[in-house]
Amino acid sequence: MDPSPETLLDLHRRMVRIRHFEEAAGRLAEQNRLPGFLHLYVGEEAVAAGVCANLDDDDQISSTHRGHGHLVAKGGDYSGMMAELMGKATGYCGGKGGSMHICDLDLGMLGANGIVGGGVPIAVGAGFANKYRGSDRVSVVFFGDGASNIGAFHEAANMAAALSLPVLFVCENNEYGEFTPRDRTMAITDVVDRAAGYGMPGAIVDGMDVVAVWEAANEAVSRARRGEGPSFIEAKTYRFYNHHGVQTLGMKYRSDDELEQWKQRDPIELFEDRLATAGVLDADGAQAAHDAAEADIEAAIAFAEESPLPDPDNLLVDVYTPAAYSGAIS
Amino acid sequence: MTPPADTDARRIAYGAAFTEGLAQMMDADPNVFVAGEDVGRAGGVFGSFRGLNERFGDMRVVDTPISEQAIVGLGTGAAVSGLRPVVDVMFMDFMLVAMDQIVNQAAKLKYMFGGKATLPMTITTSAGAGLSAAAQHSQSLEAMLCHIPGLKVVMPSNPYDAKGLLISCIRDDNPTVFVKHKRLLGLKGDVPEDLYEIPLGTAQVVRPGDDVTVVTYGRMVHEATSAADALAAEGIECDVIDLRSLQPLDMDTVVQSAQRTSRVAVVHEAVRFGGFGGEIASQIAEEAFDYLDAPIERVGAPFSPVPFSPVLEKEWVPNAEMIGERIRALAAA
Ligand SMILES: Cc1ncc(C[n+]2csc(CCOP(=O)(O)OP(=O)(O)O)c2C)c(N)n1
Ligand SMILES: [Mg+2]
Repeated sequence: MDPSPETLLDLHRRMVRIRHFEEAAGRLAEQNRLPGFLHLYVGEEAVAAGVCANLDDDDQISSTHRGHGHLVAKGGDYSGMMAELMGKATGYCGGKGGSMHICDLDLGMLGANGIVGGGVPIAVGAGFANKYRGSDRVSVVFFGDGASNIGAFHEAANMAAALSLPVLFVCENNEYGEFTPRDRTMAITDVVDRAAGYGMPGAIVDGMDVVAVWEAANEAVSRARRGEGPSFIEAKTYRFYNHHGVQTLGMKYRSDDELEQWKQRDPIELFEDRLATAGVLDADGAQAAHDAAEADIEAAIAFAEESPLPDPDNLLVDVYTPAAYSGAIS
Repeated sequence: MTPPADTDARRIAYGAAFTEGLAQMMDADPNVFVAGEDVGRAGGVFGSFRGLNERFGDMRVVDTPISEQAIVGLGTGAAVSGLRPVVDVMFMDFMLVAMDQIVNQAAKLKYMFGGKATLPMTITTSAGAGLSAAAQHSQSLEAMLCHIPGLKVVMPSNPYDAKGLLISCIRDDNPTVFVKHKRLLGLKGDVPEDLYEIPLGTAQVVRPGDDVTVVTYGRMVHEATSAADALAAEGIECDVIDLRSLQPLDMDTVVQSAQRTSRVAVVHEAVRFGGFGGEIASQIAEEAFDYLDAPIERVGAPFSPVPFSPVLEKEWVPNAEMIGERIRALAAA
């Protein structure tokens, strides 16, 4: 299926919003204005955008330590995100979670995750709930190439296939797990090869091409909605920053040349060229999208900065839900 | 890092002392190898394995996939097959992914096999809060491990102990867990250049005193010591004991001190409820009840996951001030 012009603009907007959020977060981290670890998604925007444009608010996703992009793509609110990154009371998790646990359950975003692979079984559980209720909702799990080496991924992939659950596995293969290249930790080149072992269809897509991602996800999501079970997409992509933090050049484990080559294929620039050629969005239109995102992010930063810190008296709040059976959920 | 002329001890960091001890054991014993995530080319995410891959090669300093269960399993299988593995689990929180291999396999093989297996494996890891790393990257889970017969557990507080305890762990023929504290990695101290051991199960009095016994380990040794220093100005002298090794546990040193001071506080960073302090407190109650003038005080983190926001985390991690307050009250009780 070809994406409509509205879809194309939507894809552009989602990518631009991710980029501006991440660049702003990077700047704040450089100025020591964000506590904790920061894993930026810059370079990989086409994956989250292309997939999430096929989802509604009540479709679920589970995410990774590199999760801001997934939440933005799912419609996440900049202010709540920025406030969470700053550890403020107004943040998505009230300051208790931070970057690695950012979530929005109203948008079906079941959380970034500090444990590699931790989100994979959770998405499968969400898929089970969807099937159980007889709904046509689907769940999507985003995970890295590195995460495909952990047991939780393999158990969950097998289970999703065995139970024929409406789940889409999206592997963001950026060729590295932290500071170690993929070829030192697996003997295959394409993570998608693993899908066959679990009996689910798999496809490789160019993760820098948002339309390619959108098309592949569209097919897989439709298949899941029709009750035909899980599928697997491997998106070949690249992160433009270091594993965490904002360093770009001069890294021991990957060459500046390699980075430059990938940057030539910046997913947003590629797409903007294509949109201009197709007459869908010209340079001014694209700039307007960037300006709008930047204005929003500035407002979100101001909101976050002005927001109160969490009250230490709430330290022990939300460890448990008060015990009360509320009956079957209708 | 120039060694003083009259001694071979130099001031080096806790992390560097760990690296040095490991390198010396690898030099000394060809059966010692290291495996873990990013430990090879990258030298470890905390720099604790820096230079080892270049020096010992890919077969002895192994970059593994992100597969904690298989990493510990690799160590277990290699250990029963005659090697002496050091396997690294980057953050202590990730040990939970490998719990079957640690608890059901490594800890129990020897016993289940009627003594036939020997398991000289060391699991190294990094624990602790204080970096705004949130709930899945900040835990201190030692109580879970100490509860498992078959495992040994150490938590060094300083560079000298880090090196000596690591060497003892590697030389030990049992599965040992060596827990660094992330916030101590840069701490400098005197460390001899030679290969030396600190026997597992030997506590150390780091600050002598007659009024209150303070039993602690890991990073809390420093918080407890500064609390004790402040209390000394008020005339309260603390006997601060660094356990160093939790399993085996040197209760003799603790009980002797408790009998002398009659007042005991146990301090750790881990969650207080169900924490290792409960074990120490009950052993003191069993061994020295008649000597005590006050209930044993336990200081530990409140009963919640580790929060992200620095304001909350600061409230969560015990610090010198909180510890001092509790000891002051204990001394007055
Ligand atoms: C169980 C577990 N092991 C190790 C880590 C440390 N860690 C965090 S991110 C990461 C690399 C993940 O690589 P990949 O899945 O490819 O995702 P990417 O960072 O490339 O997006 C590692 C090893 C962790 N968080 N959880
Ligand atoms: Mg990766």
